[in-house]
Amino acid sequence: MTDKTVLNETHRALGARMVDFGGWDMPINYGSQIEEHHAVRQDAGMFDVSHMTVIDLHGDGTRDFLRHLVANNVDKLKVQGKALYTCMLNEHGGVIDDLIVYFFDEAHFRLVVNAATRAKDLAWIQQQAAAFGIEVKERPDFAMIAVQGPQARAKVLGLLHDIDRPRIEKLGKFAAAAGQGPGGMPLFVARTGYTGEDGFEIIVPNEHAVALWNALADAGVRPAGLGARDTLRLEAGMNLYGQDMDEDVSPWEANLGWTIALDEGRDFIGRAALEKQKAEGVKRVMVGLVLDDKGVLRHGQKVLTANGEGEILSGSFAPTLNKAVAFARIPVGEPGDVRVDIRGREVPVRIVKYPFVRDGKPQPGI
Amino acid sequence: MSEIPGDLKFLKSHEWARAEDSGLVRVGISDHAQGQLGDLVYVELPEIGSQVKAGEGAAVVESVKAASDIYSPVTGEVVEINEELNDNPETINEDAFGKGWIFAVKPSDRGELDELLSADEYAEVMENDDH
Repeated sequence: MTDKTVLNETHRALGARMVDFGGWDMPINYGSQIEEHHAVRQDAGMFDVSHMTVIDLHGDGTRDFLRHLVANNVDKLKVQGKALYTCMLNEHGGVIDDLIVYFFDEAHFRLVVNAATRAKDLAWIQQQAAAFGIEVKERPDFAMIAVQGPQARAKVLGLLHDIDRPRIEKLGKFAAAAGQGPGGMPLFVARTGYTGEDGFEIIVPNEHAVALWNALADAGVRPAGLGARDTLRLEAGMNLYGQDMDEDVSPWEANLGWTIALDEGRDFIGRAALEKQKAEGVKRVMVGLVLDDKGVLRHGQKVLTANGEGEILSGSFAPTLNKAVAFARIPVGEPGDVRVDIRGREVPVRIVKYPFVRDGKPQPGI
Repeated sequence: MSEIPGDLKFLKSHEWARAEDSGLVRVGISDHAQGQLGDLVYVELPEIGSQVKAGEGAAVVESVKAASDIYSPVTGEVVEINEELNDNPETINEDAFGKGWIFAVKPSDRGELDELLSADEYAEVMENDDH
């Protein structure tokens, strides 16, 4: 049986093409993935991301628990509402999941983890939490709507209660605050996203989700499907769990070294393995690829380099660039002329620094 | 559901074939298929002069999300390809049964056309697809 978000009927009424997404019946597009992609880059679009898992952690030792659980250091979270992107690792330094941690107070933090990894994440967190006496509480009573694009913040701010607007307008990147939306509905508004555009991710009680969605639509925010979300995040250089990293890949190998905090005296799960890997030298690196010829780079295609074979992780046509781009994991070292095997044809590609697109603009050299 | 032209024959895998007066068989994908695939961004056309076999891959269409093999409905030699698709693959999205044709084959055995689905039979396949 597939899970449905509280917005399922709304998507169907909008004529969405629905697909199975990690056990959830989700909209892939509402007609044209490319138009939805451009709407987010140029104006404002919204995504139903209620399939993502919200987990509240309660207990006096929650910060200590999170110091142990995740590779980034939650001591960076000093101010209420501040958020942190991090990986949760296994003992071998492999990525169990990537997630966002929100800080409410010392006895209450919130995690937002991926949809497809929900069961294993919960089991792992519960197992680790036992020793710390932390309460792990899933919040299926919440829906989540991501509003993204250069006009996203303005359009959301217009729906907020006057008393909340100035405070939420001043919210810095990767920070969140509570406020009230249309009809006084309670909102948790975070200045985070997965598209490379400015915007908010809004957590709202299920019973208000449809009203919020409709209010956003009335404010000119265009519904966008998970198809557009994928091309947007690829252009923005953001990893997708399961495609760009998994339990056999360390953050070093997934270009997420910046999320690892090897601060002194903190013994997080996977730390020893990460330090060993670093000392011995990381064998594989993640790079960006651009295909200047016609064609599309796809997950699983072989990448040929001077040092041996690698493979395409996320790959797609990039609507903002009008050509194909990809992430690939290749052997470390000078790669020489790089080619990708597309159905038996060896096609030359360029290695580039990503993000491919930032703030709506193709990056130089892409 | 979209109109299905009655003069076309179909494969279950959504390719259409049109027997023309010239003796050629023109091939494309159905309107239903283009709708399922979404925005098309690239078409890998066969080479003129290449041999194709009934039921085997002859071309590839790529949407933003995925690549799909296009099977030839008949065996024969590719004599025309729709070069327009090199620059405007979305022509298939706009006019799947017309300007969005992909290639044309000089068939070695026109009898193979009899084994394809009629428009009505294909409509039934689609209905089952939707369930």
